[in-house]
Amino acid sequence: MEMSRKKLLSIALAALILAAAPVAQAQKFITVASTTSTEQSGLFKHILPIFQKKKGIEVRVVALGTGQSLDMGKRGDADVVFVHAKSAEEKFIAEGYGVKRLPVMYNDFVLIGPKSDPAKIAGGKDILAALRKIKAASAPFVSRGDRSGTHMAEIALWKHSGTDIEKEKGPWYRDTGQGMGPALNTASSMSGYLLADRGTWISFKNRGDLAILVEGDKRLFNQYGVILVNPVKHKHVKKDLGQVFINWIVSAEGQKAIAGFRIGGEQLFFPNANAKGA
Amino acid sequence: MGEILIALGEAGRLIVGAEAALVEIVLLSLRVSLTAVLIACAFGLPLGAAIAVGRFWGRRPLIVIVNALMGLPPVVVGLFVYLMLSRAGPLGQFGILFTPAAMVIAQTILILPIVAALSRQVIEDAWQEYREQLRSLGAGAMTSALTLLWDTRFSLVTIVLAGFGRAAAEVGAVIIVGGNIDGVTRVMTTAIALETSKGDLPLALGLGIILLTLILALNAAAYWVKEGAQRRYG
Amino acid sequence: MLPLVLDQVSFAVNGRTLIDRVSMEIAEGPRTIILGPNGAGKSVLMRLCHGLLMPTAGTVEWRGARNGRERQAMVFQRPVMLRRSALANIAYGLKLAGISPREREMRARDVLEAVGLANIAGRPARVLSGGEQQRVALARAWALGPEVLFLDEPTANLDPGATRDVETLIGQIRAGGTKIVMTTHNLGQARRLGDEILFLSQGRLVERAPVEGFFTKPASAEAEAFIRGELPWK
Repeated sequence: MEMSRKKLLSIALAALILAAAPVAQAQKFITVASTTSTEQSGLFKHILPIFQKKKGIEVRVVALGTGQSLDMGKRGDADVVFVHAKSAEEKFIAEGYGVKRLPVMYNDFVLIGPKSDPAKIAGGKDILAALRKIKAASAPFVSRGDRSGTHMAEIALWKHSGTDIEKEKGPWYRDTGQGMGPALNTASSMSGYLLADRGTWISFKNRGDLAILVEGDKRLFNQYGVILVNPVKHKHVKKDLGQVFINWIVSAEGQKAIAGFRIGGEQLFFPNANAKGA
Repeated sequence: MGEILIALGEAGRLIVGAEAALVEIVLLSLRVSLTAVLIACAFGLPLGAAIAVGRFWGRRPLIVIVNALMGLPPVVVGLFVYLMLSRAGPLGQFGILFTPAAMVIAQTILILPIVAALSRQVIEDAWQEYREQLRSLGAGAMTSALTLLWDTRFSLVTIVLAGFGRAAAEVGAVIIVGGNIDGVTRVMTTAIALETSKGDLPLALGLGIILLTLILALNAAAYWVKEGAQRRYG
Repeated sequence: MLPLVLDQVSFAVNGRTLIDRVSMEIAEGPRTIILGPNGAGKSVLMRLCHGLLMPTAGTVEWRGARNGRERQAMVFQRPVMLRRSALANIAYGLKLAGISPREREMRARDVLEAVGLANIAGRPARVLSGGEQQRVALARAWALGPEVLFLDEPTANLDPGATRDVETLIGQIRAGGTKIVMTTHNLGQARRLGDEILFLSQGRLVERAPVEGFFTKPASAEAEAFIRGELPWK
């Protein structure tokens, strides 16, 4: 190559690499495994900067789903687990992977469906009745199918409505194995019903002809809990920094930050760290 | 159609605005993929040359294997590297999981076979032409390999750019080993995946257009280098 | 190094015998031309002499005393130019011979001057004309100061003007004391450039004679047929 052309290219390459090189981070940080709903709704974007400013700790969120988050906790790849599946969380602690479970907040699930509503459930207040109608009508229903908190809640609701959905599903039941957002995309494109958390729904932009059809039933209540990964099982877990985060999120200040998160004026998550039996 | 126009508008707005978050994502994407390409070439080019020029037992099966590895599914590589780097895994003590370093490792594994296989092909073709003359002049296997690497440099540049393009375009590996952490391991492709799953399709498309433009510019550069060199150097 | 002695040399590949029990001695002095029809094995014999191929039977030995000029070089029908300048091509050969960088450049310039190509020293070798490339190849060989120069159909692909230039150059090299061993299918060229003819047919050395004697009174039937133009040439 011509000398000058070669030089130009190497300078450009060097500049590019330097520009992309990170500033050295001596920052303290913890890794939190959480669910897609908390990240995608925008909750973390709202509360974590408040926490970082107050305590000087960076929180790195790996937002997957309840199943994978708990798995990360078992492997020791996270310091704190923040999910919404109480029975799975309690099992996690019973098996020795977590120290203690503290309730943090709740949001609710809503039953989403097409405005055309073939199963005729719109406006109902009884989620179990609605599910029975959907099954009876063999209306298309999209499930996350990914062992997430939402998926587990959905299966539990089917059970309470008298259906063992794993055994009794028909072609109308679409098991997508995806997160909340992709499942909503799927429901939108096929005009199907699905169970979603309100937070993700409010910030979801591709609604098509979907709308909330059933809400408010106490059984749609969705509780979040936070757990420190057991430092006895994994020596490297940042137990002190992790505990600072946990203490903060259940403190008055943390709870206030959660309540202060709104989309279009609506509050998505309701702090309840002090609630008994939550 | 309307969606695409909105996306173009969004892309324009993003680029002109040059928001810090966007710039950070693009720079991180470049940093990860460039580093991966550099490492992959440092190992892959000599490997390709060695296989092209060498004569050893198992050479043919090795060529087949390296060619086949070009088709490694990124998500499988991601899963494998995740299991290796997880605290529960053999290399867990280094704490590399969910950092850009893990992403570099995964992408390097992905593009190394591409660089090795393609450079082997290029160098072997050149070797057919040069072999007798180089041996006549007294060049041994190592010297020949180095000579061929330099002589095929323009074709090799094209291969390097192809490797970079492949790295910059994949999402399966980096999302698993990086965790798509906001501000730490979020790159263009994982950001697109996230925005799509949030249903923010215009934003996802906008990012996608930026990524496509980058890849296009890269291919144009590769073409420019090859053509210019062909004309000047024969 | 000379004389080069072949003793019952055979070369077979995949069951086909290309060279069949050839015994001969190539000594200092006369310009040796290896002649023969298509498929006679001229190129194979050249490569056996030069060492690019190993005989499957018999021996190829340099029986001469060491005289400080242990070099042989070869020029092929298609000149192989590296992707660099003409000067750099010559310097490459010198580098392999262990000559120091400054000495290399000087010698390369000198030899280019001697062959009348000083004006294209800096040009990329691969864009030169066929004739120029072949002369650079010859200059590269000459710069090494070889005791023997093998040439395999050096002008087969060149036009008459370029052929003339190459033949002149071969004469220059010969005048400098290098032994010439050349194959050709061009009878006129053989008469112009040769002192002795080695005639090959179907892998066997059929006849060996001084050049004039060979053409006026060939001893073998094959040679006679060949000269008359009845046997096919390349």
